[in-house]
Amino acid sequence: MTRAWRDPRLRPVVWASLTLGSAVGVFGFVFGVAAVSAGASVFQASAMSLLVFTGASQFSAIGVIAAGGSTASALGGALLLAARNGVYGLAMARRLPGSLGRRLIAAQLTIDESTAMSAAQPDLEAQRAAFWITGISVYVFWNLATVLGALVGSAINPSTFGLDAAFPAGFTAMLWPLLRDRRGRVAAAGGAVICVALIPFLPVGVPILCAALAVLIGVPR
Amino acid sequence: MSWALVFLLAAGAFAFKVLGLVIIGDRSLPAVLERCLGLIPAALIAAIVVQDTFGLGGQRLQIDARAAGVGTAVVLAWRKAPFILVIVAGAAVTAVVRAIA
Repeated sequence: MTRAWRDPRLRPVVWASLTLGSAVGVFGFVFGVAAVSAGASVFQASAMSLLVFTGASQFSAIGVIAAGGSTASALGGALLLAARNGVYGLAMARRLPGSLGRRLIAAQLTIDESTAMSAAQPDLEAQRAAFWITGISVYVFWNLATVLGALVGSAINPSTFGLDAAFPAGFTAMLWPLLRDRRGRVAAAGGAVICVALIPFLPVGVPILCAALAVLIGVPR
Repeated sequence: MSWALVFLLAAGAFAFKVLGLVIIGDRSLPAVLERCLGLIPAALIAAIVVQDTFGLGGQRLQIDARAAGVGTAVVLAWRKAPFILVIVAGAAVTAVVRAIA
């Protein structure tokens, strides 16, 4: 880890992960505010961010509770959104060797941002470093911001600053290197088409899961 | 809000995260399967981009200011602009278009 921070090749990754972390922080803050106004205590909001650590699921669960839904329905929707991290795990297993303990920590950090940043790197060593740097950065920002939002929060609207577009913009940049070869382009195009075609018909979270089937298009020979 | 929700969601989310890492582990797989796994990030990240650009939550799609911001991001990524610029420009263009509209 300490080596990674000094390696000049990884400097762009460090900056990118801090940028991403800051954007995540804004949403962590918003989550803290939303959780408390949905009836969670500061400890509950914080425990959720520390233990669950997957933003879309947390927002979904809080949204259901705020609307007066049951624990079961909050859980169901949130778990559908969390399922894609399992698919990321399948892809990341190769790049994250190590002891069981190390893998369990890596598992907690396996989310959209860490997977995407890792996949965008050219070689295995950079992929590993990018996973850890991004995962840790996002974890720290997300959790500090949740506490802050839960304690002192008053509602801010990230959309005013266009921050709802910051993530698709960032993911576009991370996706770009994967489009260099034909297989990557086919998988990405397939994933995008499957997702947009299914959004009108399936619960949130499921279309993204189905997008994984795009890797089977003309099973790469 | 109940603590049961916090802990059940934490357990479920962690189970998903561990599942993939542990199922595959470091065992060797047929080459075709390896290549499929390697393509997962491309497929899922592309799906996230379209969902976050056009999705409205629930089962609705809409073309709005976000499309302009992400369109800007596509051009900048294509021109190999630094990551920070892609994110900031994507957000800024979205905010401006939204303010005008």
